[in-house]
Amino acid sequence: MNTAFQLFKYLTPESFLAETAFFVLIAGLFKSTASRRTMLLSLTLLGGLASIAWIALHPENIVICHGMAVIDPLTRFIKIAIVGLSLIACVYAAASNVREHLAEYLALILFSTIGMMLLVSAEDLLMIFIGLEMTSIPLYLLTGYLKRSAASAEAALKYFLFGSVAAALALAGFGFKVAAVPFHLWAPDVYEGAPTPSAALIASGSKVAGFLILAKFLTLGFATGTGSAVWDGLQPGWLPLLAVIAAASVVVGNLAALSQSNVKRILAYSAIAQSGYMLLGLLATGVNGLTAVLFYVIVYALTTLGAFGVVGIVEQRRGGAQLHHFEGLHRSAPGLALCMGVFMISLAGIPPLAGFFGKFYLFTGALGSVSSQNGNLGLLWILIVAVVFNAVSLYYYLIVLKHIFVVPSTEAATSAPQPRSAAGFCIGLLAVAILVLGLYPPLLLSPLQRAIHGATEAAKVAAQPL
Amino acid sequence: MPTALFPTATLLSALAGILLILILPSRWGGAAKWIALLSALTGFGFAVAAFRAYDLSAAQPIQFQLDLPWVEALRIHFATGTDGVSLVMLLLTGIIAITGVLFSWNVTQQPRAFFALFLTIIGGVYGVFQSLDLFLLFVFYEIVIIPKYFLISNWGSTNREYGAMKLTIYSVAGSALVLLGILGIYVLAPGAALNLQSLAKVTFPHSFQLWAFPVMFIGFGVLAGLWPFHTWAPTGHVAAPTAVSMLLAGVVMKLGSFSALRVAMTLFPDGLAAWRMPLAILATIGLLYGALVALAQRDLKFVVGYSSINHMGFVLLGLLTLNSLGLTGAVLQMFSHGVIGGLLFAVVGRMLYDRTHTRDITTLGGMGLAKALPFAAFTFTLASAASMGMPGFSGFIAEISILLGAWKSFPVLLIFAMLGAGVTVAFTLRALQRSFFPSLAAAQSAAAANPHATEPLPPITLPERLGAAVLMAATLAAGIFPKFLIDPILHSFESPQSLMHHLIQGVTR
Repeated sequence: MNTAFQLFKYLTPESFLAETAFFVLIAGLFKSTASRRTMLLSLTLLGGLASIAWIALHPENIVICHGMAVIDPLTRFIKIAIVGLSLIACVYAAASNVREHLAEYLALILFSTIGMMLLVSAEDLLMIFIGLEMTSIPLYLLTGYLKRSAASAEAALKYFLFGSVAAALALAGFGFKVAAVPFHLWAPDVYEGAPTPSAALIASGSKVAGFLILAKFLTLGFATGTGSAVWDGLQPGWLPLLAVIAAASVVVGNLAALSQSNVKRILAYSAIAQSGYMLLGLLATGVNGLTAVLFYVIVYALTTLGAFGVVGIVEQRRGGAQLHHFEGLHRSAPGLALCMGVFMISLAGIPPLAGFFGKFYLFTGALGSVSSQNGNLGLLWILIVAVVFNAVSLYYYLIVLKHIFVVPSTEAATSAPQPRSAAGFCIGLLAVAILVLGLYPPLLLSPLQRAIHGATEAAKVAAQPL
Repeated sequence: MPTALFPTATLLSALAGILLILILPSRWGGAAKWIALLSALTGFGFAVAAFRAYDLSAAQPIQFQLDLPWVEALRIHFATGTDGVSLVMLLLTGIIAITGVLFSWNVTQQPRAFFALFLTIIGGVYGVFQSLDLFLLFVFYEIVIIPKYFLISNWGSTNREYGAMKLTIYSVAGSALVLLGILGIYVLAPGAALNLQSLAKVTFPHSFQLWAFPVMFIGFGVLAGLWPFHTWAPTGHVAAPTAVSMLLAGVVMKLGSFSALRVAMTLFPDGLAAWRMPLAILATIGLLYGALVALAQRDLKFVVGYSSINHMGFVLLGLLTLNSLGLTGAVLQMFSHGVIGGLLFAVVGRMLYDRTHTRDITTLGGMGLAKALPFAAFTFTLASAASMGMPGFSGFIAEISILLGAWKSFPVLLIFAMLGAGVTVAFTLRALQRSFFPSLAAAQSAAAANPHATEPLPPITLPERLGAAVLMAATLAAGIFPKFLIDPILHSFESPQSLMHHLIQGVTR
C-alpha cells in the first residue's frame, strides 16, 4: 500500500509539469511582448527538461495502488519521448501566430502532456479513461484556440463531439485517438483548422500515448479472444477486426490524400494511413510487434512534428498552407526545404530514412506473426494492401516536394533571408534524427528493446505473490 | 588499403563526393563538377583495382567480402561482396560515372544540387552491385529512385514533369513487388536472415516460389524495361537531362536485370523453372517490339530510348536461357548496352540537342551535321555500328552469345530474336542515315523548311570529346578483347561454390 506522500513522489515528473504550467500562467499575466514570450518559452522548457531529467534519474519499477498504474522502464521511456515532443510543440507555439494568451496556450500543452503521461502509466480501465479525458480536454481547447477563426472553432467542435462520443466506447475511443478508419473523419478538419502547433501535438505526442495504451489494452486486457485474421482461416475475435480497420485506414487515408491541395490535409490523411500501418504491427501480438509499433510511432511522431514545423513557418510567412504557398521554397529557405524533403521521403518509406526501416519492421512483424508451415503466409493479404498503397502514397508526398523544389515561385518577396529561430533549429534537429535513425536504427531500437524487456521483467516480479 | 575494401571504396568515393559538394559554399558552385569528376575517377580507379585484384583461381567467386553488424535485432548486416558479374557492373558504373560528369560539364543551373544527386545515384548503383544482404540491396535499390525524380523534373527537357513522375511511379511500383518478395523471404527463412549466401542454400516452399518468383522478377524487370512494363523508359529517357539518360540507360536499367539474376533467379529455382517460358516470351516480345517502335520514331532520342528496350530484351532473354553462353552473353550485353546506350544518349542529348535544339531526324538531316559537327557524326556512326552488333564492338560478342544460348534453349523464340536483331540494324541505319547522311533532296527540303538550318553550331568541347573517347574505347576494348570480361563472368557462373551454379546445372541434364 502506498501512502499519499509516496504517491506524490511517484508523480514528481507530472507535478513538475503542473507547477511549470502554473508559473507560466502567472508569468503570462504581464503584457505580452517578444521578450516576454521568449521568457515564457524558456520557463516551459526548463520545467519540461526538469521533468525529463527526473524520469531519467529515477529508474525504479513501481506498481501504484494494486496495479492501477505502473512505472516501469517502458513507461519511463515513452514518457520521456512524449515530454520531448510536447516541448518541441511549445517551441513552435512561441514562434507561431498564437500571439495573444501565449501563456495559457503553453500551459494547456503542458496539461495535455500530463494527461498523456498518466495515460501511459495507466493499467486500469478507469485510469485509462481519466488519462484519455485529461489528454483530450486540453487538446479540444488547443484546437479552438484561434478565437477569430471560424475554421478553428469548427475543428474544435468536431473534435470534441467525435471525442466525447468515442470515449464512451472502448475500442472506438482508441480508434478515435489514433485516427483509424472509421473513426477518422475529424482528422482532416482538425489538422487544417487548428493552430499548427496544436495539430503537431495531436499528431505526435498524443499518438504515441494512444498507441502504447492501445497495445496494452489489447495485449493485457484481451489476451484471450484474439481470433485470427488469416485469409483462409478466419476466426472471430479482435484480430480480424483490427486487420480490417488497419487495411481500411491504409486504403482510405492514402486514396483521400491523393486529391488534397492543402498540405495540412495531406498530412492528416497521411496520418490516417500511417495509423493503419501501425495497427498492422499490433496484429503481431507479442514483444516483436510491440517493439515495431513503438519504434514506428516514435519515428512517425518525430517526422510529422518536423513536417508541421515547416508548415507552420510557411503559413506564418506566406499566409497559408496550400500547395502553392510552398512554391519555390528551396530558393527562399533551402534549409527548410531540405528538411521537408527528409520528412516527406521518410513518411513515404524510402530508405535510407527511418520511416523505411520502421515500416520494414512492422511488415515483417505482422507477416511473421502467423506460423508459416508450407510457405503459407496467412496475413499476406493485408501486407499486399499495405505495400501497394505505400507505393501509392509516394505520389502525394512527391507532389508536396514538387511544389517545393521544382515549381518556380511566382512570389517576389521570397528571397528574404531566413532568420535563425528556435523552431528552425528544432526542425533541423528532427531531420537529422530521422536521417541518423534511418542509417543506424539500433540507436533507438536498442534502448526501446531494453525498456520493453525491463517492463516484462518488472511485470513478472510484480506478479509473484509476496 | 587492404584489397578487400576496394569495392567498398567505390561506394565511399561517391559518398565523399556528395559530402564535399554539400559543404561547398554556393559561390563556389562551379567547383561541384570538379569534385564530381574527382569522385567518379576515384570510384572508377577502385573498380579497376578490384578488377585487377580479383582472383580467378580461387574456388569462391564471391571475393572482397565484408560483413558488419547493422541491425542485430533483425539480423540485418551490412554485408557486401563482389563476384565476376558484380565486378563487370562496377566497372561499367565507373565508366558511366566519369562520362556522365563529362557530358554534364555545361550544367550551370544549381550545379551543386545536380552533381550531389548524380553522385547519389552512382553511389546507390555501386551499392546494389555489391550487396550480399537483401535488405542492404533493397536500400541501395530504393536510394536511386528519388534523385532520378528531381534530376529529371528540374534539369530535364521535353515533358519533364510528366516523364519524371511516370518513371518514379513505375520504379516504386516495381519496388513494392520486390518488397513483398523480400518480406516473404524474411519470414520463411528465419535462420538465414537476409544474407544472400545463406538464403541460396535454403529451399523455399514450392507454393511460395511459384508466386514469389514472378512477383520479384517482374518487380525488378520493371526497371530493366521488361515488356509490357517498359513504358516509363522512353518517356523518362527523353525527358531526362543527358547525364541522367546516360545513367538510366547505362546503369539504372541494369540494376533491374542484375537484381533479377542475383535475387529472384538465384533463390527460386522452382519458380524459375515454372515461369521461364512465359518470361522468355515477354523478353522476346520486348526486343522485337522495341526495335519495331524505334523504326517508326521521328525523334532521335525516342529512337535511342526504344533501342534500350530492344537491347534490354536481349539481356533478359539471355538470362532466361540458363546456359553459360546465354548467361555470359546477358552480362556482357549489360556492359555493352551500358556503354553504347550511354554514348548514343550523349550524342543525341548533349552534342546535338544542346546545339540544334531539335531532335527531329528530318530537321537534323537538313543541317548538314556530317560537315558541321564531324566529331558528333563520327561518334554516332561508331555507336550505331556497335549498337547493331557489328563484329569488333562489344555488342557483337554479347548478342551472338545470347543468340547461341537461345538456340539451345528456345529454338522457336530464336527466330523472333533474330528478326529483332535484323530490325535493330534497320532502325539504327535509318536514324543514322536520315539525321547525319540524308539524301541530297531530303536535306534540301529539310533545310528549306528550317530557317535556322545554316546557322553555325558551337564546336564540340573538350569534355565531350574526352567522354566520347572513353566510351568508344570501352566498347572497342570489350569487343576486341572480351576475354578479360568473360573470364570473371564465367568464373562466377561455373565455379561449384557460386551462388548461381545451379542455374547452369539445371539445363545441361
